[in-house]
Amino acid sequence: MSIAEKFAAMEYSPAPEDPKDALAWLDRHQRRFSHFIGGAWHAPTEGVYFDSTDPSTGEKIASVAQGSAGDVDAAVKAARAAFPAWRALSCHSRARYLYAIARAVQRHSRRLAVLETIDNGKSIRESRDIDIPLVARHFYHHAGWAQLLESEFPDCSACGVVGQIIPWNFPLLMLAWKIAPALATGNTVVLKPAEFTPLTALAFAEICQEIGLPPGVVNIVTGDGVTGEALVKHPDVDKIAFTGSTEVGRLIRTATASTHKRLSLELGGKSPFIVFEDADLDAAVEGLVDGIWFNQGQVCCAGSRLLMQESVAEVLLAKIRDRMSTLRAGPPLDKSIDIGAIVAPVQLKRIQRLVAEGVAAGATCWQPPIAMPSRGLYYPPTLLSNVHPSSVVAQQEIFGPVLAAMTFRTPSEAVELANNTTYGLAAGVWSESLNVALHVAAQIKAGVVWVNCANLFDAACGFGGYRESGYGREGGREGLREYLEPAWFKNAPKLSAPVKPTNQQVNGTEAVGGIDRTVKLYIGGKQARPDSGYSVEVRDPAGKLLGEAPVGNRKDIRNAVEAARKAESWSKNTAHGRAQILYYLAENFSLRREEIADRLAAAVGSKHAAVEVDQSIDRIFFYAAWADKFDGAVHNPPFRTIAIAMNEPVGTIGIVCPADAPLLGMMSLILPAIACGNTVVAVPSETYPLIIGDVYQLFDTSDVPGGVVNIVSGPTSSLLKTLAEHDDVDAIWSFSSEADAIAAKLCSAGNLKQVFTNEGRVIDWFDSKQGQGRWFLEHATQIKNIWVPYGE
Amino acid sequence: MTGDSKNGSPLAHGDHPVADLRGIPLVANRGIPLDLERVARVRVNTSAVERRAQSHVARRSVKKDWQAAWLLRAITCMDLTTLSGDDTDERVRRLCAKARQPIEQELVRRLEIESLGIKVAAVCVYHRFVETAARALEGSGIKVAAVSTGFPAGLSPMEERIAEIRRSVEAGADEIDIVITRAYVFEGKWQELYNEVATFKQACGKAHMKAILGTGDLLTLRNVARASFVAMMAGADFIKTSTGKEPTNATLPVGLVMARAIREYAQETRMAVGFKPAGGIRTAKQSIDWLGLMKEELGTPWMKADLFRFGASGLLNDIERQLEHHVTGRYSAGYRHPLA
Repeated sequence: MSIAEKFAAMEYSPAPEDPKDALAWLDRHQRRFSHFIGGAWHAPTEGVYFDSTDPSTGEKIASVAQGSAGDVDAAVKAARAAFPAWRALSCHSRARYLYAIARAVQRHSRRLAVLETIDNGKSIRESRDIDIPLVARHFYHHAGWAQLLESEFPDCSACGVVGQIIPWNFPLLMLAWKIAPALATGNTVVLKPAEFTPLTALAFAEICQEIGLPPGVVNIVTGDGVTGEALVKHPDVDKIAFTGSTEVGRLIRTATASTHKRLSLELGGKSPFIVFEDADLDAAVEGLVDGIWFNQGQVCCAGSRLLMQESVAEVLLAKIRDRMSTLRAGPPLDKSIDIGAIVAPVQLKRIQRLVAEGVAAGATCWQPPIAMPSRGLYYPPTLLSNVHPSSVVAQQEIFGPVLAAMTFRTPSEAVELANNTTYGLAAGVWSESLNVALHVAAQIKAGVVWVNCANLFDAACGFGGYRESGYGREGGREGLREYLEPAWFKNAPKLSAPVKPTNQQVNGTEAVGGIDRTVKLYIGGKQARPDSGYSVEVRDPAGKLLGEAPVGNRKDIRNAVEAARKAESWSKNTAHGRAQILYYLAENFSLRREEIADRLAAAVGSKHAAVEVDQSIDRIFFYAAWADKFDGAVHNPPFRTIAIAMNEPVGTIGIVCPADAPLLGMMSLILPAIACGNTVVAVPSETYPLIIGDVYQLFDTSDVPGGVVNIVSGPTSSLLKTLAEHDDVDAIWSFSSEADAIAAKLCSAGNLKQVFTNEGRVIDWFDSKQGQGRWFLEHATQIKNIWVPYGE
Repeated sequence: MTGDSKNGSPLAHGDHPVADLRGIPLVANRGIPLDLERVARVRVNTSAVERRAQSHVARRSVKKDWQAAWLLRAITCMDLTTLSGDDTDERVRRLCAKARQPIEQELVRRLEIESLGIKVAAVCVYHRFVETAARALEGSGIKVAAVSTGFPAGLSPMEERIAEIRRSVEAGADEIDIVITRAYVFEGKWQELYNEVATFKQACGKAHMKAILGTGDLLTLRNVARASFVAMMAGADFIKTSTGKEPTNATLPVGLVMARAIREYAQETRMAVGFKPAGGIRTAKQSIDWLGLMKEELGTPWMKADLFRFGASGLLNDIERQLEHHVTGRYSAGYRHPLA
């Protein structure tokens, strides 16, 4: 084709990025990679390697070691050995290492970008302009946190050895999201990259060598799910951080339940992309390009569910089709390519299958008439319209360049549809009205809401999900918390074997003085007889009968959760309003101080009882004080935008109270929860459940709306199980026995509710350092980052 | 708005398509009655526009022979311009000579593009030099464009501005670049703006009219979009960013907003309006970014001189240097290429 012909055609040219440096790097390693353990390369003990291929050609790029349990064990040992010295380093020293990593990533940025593109199939434009710059930014930002750790997080301690498992969609970026905060907070790491995309992690290992990172601080073990499982199950790992599918997240939750490993999960999503009639529609269309056609839609927070206001649906769909027609699919190393290759055959098949199911269910499928490569793993950008909320393509994560479009009529319907999902990772809201946009953003159950933008990420801003999209945040101050815990808690002694409660079914032979007093359950602001119709005798340690407590069962829990869910408007109460109610509670508590202490004295002794009551009143003041002060932050990403990190209540929290300190323990857990706007279903101490009788009267008389606090007494373990398994409970807090803590984790896997437990350790509720504070408030909230770019 | 044509019915009798927008045939712009509701419906999100403009530049790359072809295309879309206080007849004649032969014969030969007869689209001058330019360009097919209506402020009395257009057309101008009264935009006086542009258009007669919005003065992208719509409704053949005399001139975000306005207007009325960014476009790379933006947002018809022009003076020199580099593999120096 002559220049004259090209002059007539005005088409784009091939613009291939030269991969020779990256290929030379692979050749230097003989295209065969071992594990990186203790600062050196170690061949896999079982001698097995697997191939990493270029999905755009199907060609093999390199052989990579398949990690066995033995390899994982060696890596964990190296990390454990490195931990004491790494943690003991000064903040400044750790900061220097992180800074050096950031600089090295920048020095090798193009090689890393090309490697990423060859291994993953994503366009060089994205790996070069988005992935790798964000990697460097993440290390820079966390070099800063490393420096500030001691002053900003006093009395906190590193978790220890952290096992990290990352996905294939942003291989090096996810590595950075995992390793940077872990190192900044003094942890050591064993990281397993995804089997489809291990190469940049190995290049990163070389960077660790290059900058002289102490051996064992970062270890990379490559392999598949089996390797990951060995890491998850390794007894000497203190924390698992996982990004991947919700399905695997559930398995990890279950597998780590009995070990007290800490866990953070960043899982799947089916994120809504809501376009209101007053949006800049062309901007919204570009948002979709960045939202669902970014990285071939293989993005956990992809805006995959398009919700369009009916009045603009036709126009918007036409604009989307037009825009799709100018997308360019092709070899990902070409600089003018928008749509690269799908990572692996299995993924391509999944996309094809789900789209076929959607079409079978009545969706209209449209794909633009654009050229698609004849070889390699490609899937064209796809628009599914006439999708109904019940359709599989509206519910399941496709993880491909497939947009499912639906309509809505009003903002409230948009919110309802947006929240009609088990996921809660991200959302996009497009409107030129700040009122509409922020009102909707506040109501969406998602960890990240992008207003008039899509898929913006930054190291300073937390990223992570609500609901079954996981828990924990990555990025920003909130992300560091996942790698720290209160120093006292780490050293707290183990609970001794739980005292078997001596309570027996009532046989009606022994009288209690005074007028007969029937303690009931407290559900929906009303005293309720237990469904079972049974009561249980409560005796003091000496065996003296103190009274009879209702025996709640799973139906009572069901009713209590329903009542708690109905009382959700508590969260919309102003923080000041909640504080006022708490102060009123303290006032009423104080009025009845003697009488409550007297009754409690029968169970715990008079001296102890008085302290419990007084400290409870103090604690009410403490959380009333916090109620309107535990506010969020405004992050400072390097864009012209404000990123508002809001502390939102988790929702309905199931609380299993500690066996000791029947009153103070219970109050120490209920108070932070309700101060932050949650509703609660609490199971009181089995040793003295009669405390309900005093507590509910107080809640009743203090204007705490019915349903905000519900209390169901009964056999702790079985009530805990019902609560932990309940899909409409958002978090389970277990502070009774170690067995209960384990059960809470195991049973939480169904809806991946957040879990907060004593890990079977002793908490001194009378010590204000342990029994109250930010630790509880942080568990009572989840952070939503709302991005609002501005400018006119 | 335009009733039938919106639904793709056949074009009215006597119309013939001048372009197509991704398959939709379009006729030349005749204007439509002022539609205030449409103007009010304009939504522009500045941050999103900026992001798109920024990523566009990184999303597309044109290399080798294609790059040479695109640069040649840029030359043919050029309104080679001189609008200085020190302009003279001789200076204008020099410019016209350069317009006829924008790149050296040797380069033309080595690029094997003799058949293309590469020349710029127009020479753009003040009224005073219209005749000079017309004579110098006679028979070349290169248009003479005159900036008019009290350029660059556009604040002289209306009668004078109209008279100025008429005089330029009489003197041989094929194209008239008018400036709008920016105050109408700030004051939301859309009817007045519409009347002004429509009056200018009438005064232009057969000459093509490019409406300069003064985007550097309008400042907000929403104002740019609204002014674009009103100017198109009033019958502008082209909408043009700036006078080149404003603090900031043609930027990609402004271009994106105007291109999108042209697209929506075309979809709604089946009429084609051209686009001319002017001022601040100095490098070959920039010209490729602009052409790419047109291709992405509007399609290839807007990469040709019928519907796209660069208002530029220094751009040609840089393009020549790049073309020479293309041919020789060596980076060239500005002084090696004939002055305009």
